[in-house]
Amino acid sequence: MTATMARPRPGRRPEEHDGFGRILRAEWTKFRTVRGWVIATVIAAVLMDLVGLFAGGQSNISCNNGPGPAKTGAACIPPVPLGPGGEPVTDSFYFVRQPLAGHGTITVRVTSLTGRYGGGFGPANQGPVAGSKIGVQPWSKAGIIIKQSTREGSAYAAMVVTGTQGVRMQYDFTHDIAGLPGAVSARSPRWLRLTRSGDTITGYDSADGSHWDKVATVTLAGLPATASIGLFATSPAYQSLSQFLGGTTGQVGPSLATGVFDHVSLSGGRPGAPWAGDDVGNQDAFGPQTGQLETFRQAGGRFTVTGSGDIAPQVPGGGGPSSTIEDHLSGAFAALIVMVVIGAMFMTAEYRRGLIRTTLAAAPRRGRVLAAKAIVIASVTFAAGLIAAVVAVAVGVRLSRDQGTFVFPVSWLTWLRVVAGTAALLAVATVLALALATMLRRSAAAVTAAIVVIVLPFILGVAEVLPSGAAEWLLRVTPAAAFAIQQSVPAYPQVTASYTPPTYFPLSPWAGFGVLCGYTALALGLAVFLLRRRDA
Amino acid sequence: MTAPKSRAASTTLRAEWTKLRTAPGTIWLLAAAIVLTVAVSTAATAATRCPAGAACPVDPARLSLTGVEFGQAVVAILAVLAISTEYTTGMIRTTLAAMPRRAAVLAAKAVVTTGPVLAAAAVAVAGSLLAGRLILPGHGFTTARGFPLLSLADGPVLRAAAGSVLYLALIALLSLGVATVVRDPAVAIGIVLGLLYLFPIVAAVAASADWQRHLEQIGPMTAGLDIEATTGLRGLPLSPWAGLGVLAAWTAAALLAGGLALRLRDA
Repeated sequence: MTATMARPRPGRRPEEHDGFGRILRAEWTKFRTVRGWVIATVIAAVLMDLVGLFAGGQSNISCNNGPGPAKTGAACIPPVPLGPGGEPVTDSFYFVRQPLAGHGTITVRVTSLTGRYGGGFGPANQGPVAGSKIGVQPWSKAGIIIKQSTREGSAYAAMVVTGTQGVRMQYDFTHDIAGLPGAVSARSPRWLRLTRSGDTITGYDSADGSHWDKVATVTLAGLPATASIGLFATSPAYQSLSQFLGGTTGQVGPSLATGVFDHVSLSGGRPGAPWAGDDVGNQDAFGPQTGQLETFRQAGGRFTVTGSGDIAPQVPGGGGPSSTIEDHLSGAFAALIVMVVIGAMFMTAEYRRGLIRTTLAAAPRRGRVLAAKAIVIASVTFAAGLIAAVVAVAVGVRLSRDQGTFVFPVSWLTWLRVVAGTAALLAVATVLALALATMLRRSAAAVTAAIVVIVLPFILGVAEVLPSGAAEWLLRVTPAAAFAIQQSVPAYPQVTASYTPPTYFPLSPWAGFGVLCGYTALALGLAVFLLRRRDA
Repeated sequence: MTAPKSRAASTTLRAEWTKLRTAPGTIWLLAAAIVLTVAVSTAATAATRCPAGAACPVDPARLSLTGVEFGQAVVAILAVLAISTEYTTGMIRTTLAAMPRRAAVLAAKAVVTTGPVLAAAAVAVAGSLLAGRLILPGHGFTTARGFPLLSLADGPVLRAAAGSVLYLALIALLSLGVATVVRDPAVAIGIVLGLLYLFPIVAAVAASADWQRHLEQIGPMTAGLDIEATTGLRGLPLSPWAGLGVLAAWTAAALLAGGLALRLRDA
């Protein structure tokens, strides 16, 4: 009994495998021999590059910063400091420092953090802060820092009190760890401590100077034997962004922060060494007169430090003209529309010509026919999309740089995810169109459905009238969430900015892509079900 | 001489009307256009709130008509199918044998497609504005804060409403023209949706503000939907009627190309 059951199996397996291979070859032949589809695939790729380059391009930027004649293009890109991780950073603050060789500990008490913002453009004789208002920014900072050197972008670890975010330990620009909550004042001061041992730095905070909590221990790779240690203050640009419409309207202005420190004790430095003040970085918050504002006073054991700028990663949109690599991939929408049309026709053409009856007679297992079609159309789309995406990003980034736009650098893994992810997005969208066409059997309806569910939410979320809450919701639950795969720069909680599409998406890259895949799997399942049930 | 001509015209019209009326999808597509438009408009207004104390830079009429951007896709399908079905079934040869004046066939198709689309669009727009009128005051858009109740007696709101109806009719005619040129329904709808949707996307990511504005001025959807604006007219890329004029120019070009293709090509 078992023997007779088992006997056909070894024979059937290769045949089955062979069978799917044959269906696959048949479907590939069907695609390859329709000249219009092959030409349209090439057009999709070319269109993707042309639209992308057109959208990313602009006229050369000209400038006359620095000595010499006016410059244009790449010479205008100001030097952007890079952090230890290679990310572009802002590293601008007022630093009251001493050299620190080897081990050491600094302890301070912060009794006040105040600030001014806005204004600053009043007549010169009224002083640079004329018209400014009193108040701190959420991420205004004053605290203690151990830094590799005064070079912008060098490694550091700091314990800071912030405007509204409590005590934080921050290091190497991208890292931010919460300490004691609450604002600082004379009545509730904050004690901060940093201890260096080799290249390991530990941060502590305390509300009373006797009970200390460890915030974190971090390792700064390659911290030199002699580093700088001291007090600092800085304050990022004031931004009043309308949260209502994606932050498109808003006011931006300079700001200053002043921190008051006492009970300063330093062990490990040279005993009795003087404190030196340094205006690190070149964020001239209040114009050329900033220099006279950014300063420190030492009276008795009390230090008053005033600074402007930020020690944080840079995000697109702030400062000079900048772009991200995915800005050059907007042509993907053009390619998507073309490939969706082909994907739908790949199925509806069978019904139109009655070929479906021959196809299903030759391969009675209907699910496999659909699977073969999906594999063929997805592979073709992925290949065409990948070539187009590589060209669009490689050429687009180079052109942008030549024109004077700073392009946010990304790691090669991110580059690969954005480029291959865009090709995969196109491939999955085409399969969705194929599945919809199988369900609806009408190419016009299938094409419209696929385009409307993928493209329209993106338009409504990015370029249209919807308020940001509704737009964010659309980019979470509709297949348009998949465009998150193109996001190349992370959002940083410790940087105030307008984190809106098309640069930032509410879902993580792979989660967003998963939403599209989920819808496509659902559509494919329904398509197989209907294909099996219905007469061809 | 004129009598038989006019009789031929009315016969053609009746023939086209019968074809459209008896096609199985027509009534469903019209219903879908209305339902989708009103549903999306309602969802958009329901999702929007003007919290107390905040300045809300929102155009209530335009927000209430968000669904038009969805409804237009259904209208485009209807218009594309009006001609491309004739090619997929071979019916076009019978049609042209019965009515050799090909331009008249296209004109008749344009007329009989526009009529039901206008009617459906009027219902959809009225439903959308009604939803906005009912929902928005409860979401902080009150008269006291400078958002009067949406009413057709208000000049700009009437312009937005009537303009949206015209917009949908022009989208139908644009689709008809494109489908006459390319014949295949999938390709036609792809081209129409590409024309509509690509301009705003490319404009949104365009690096230079000048390009952005120009793209919004020439895109059939971005320019055409300027007609829905009732506030902040100065910030628009084009004035409302000029914007609708841009869409009308696209439509005229598509119909002209369709007419020429129909005349010059074998069916």
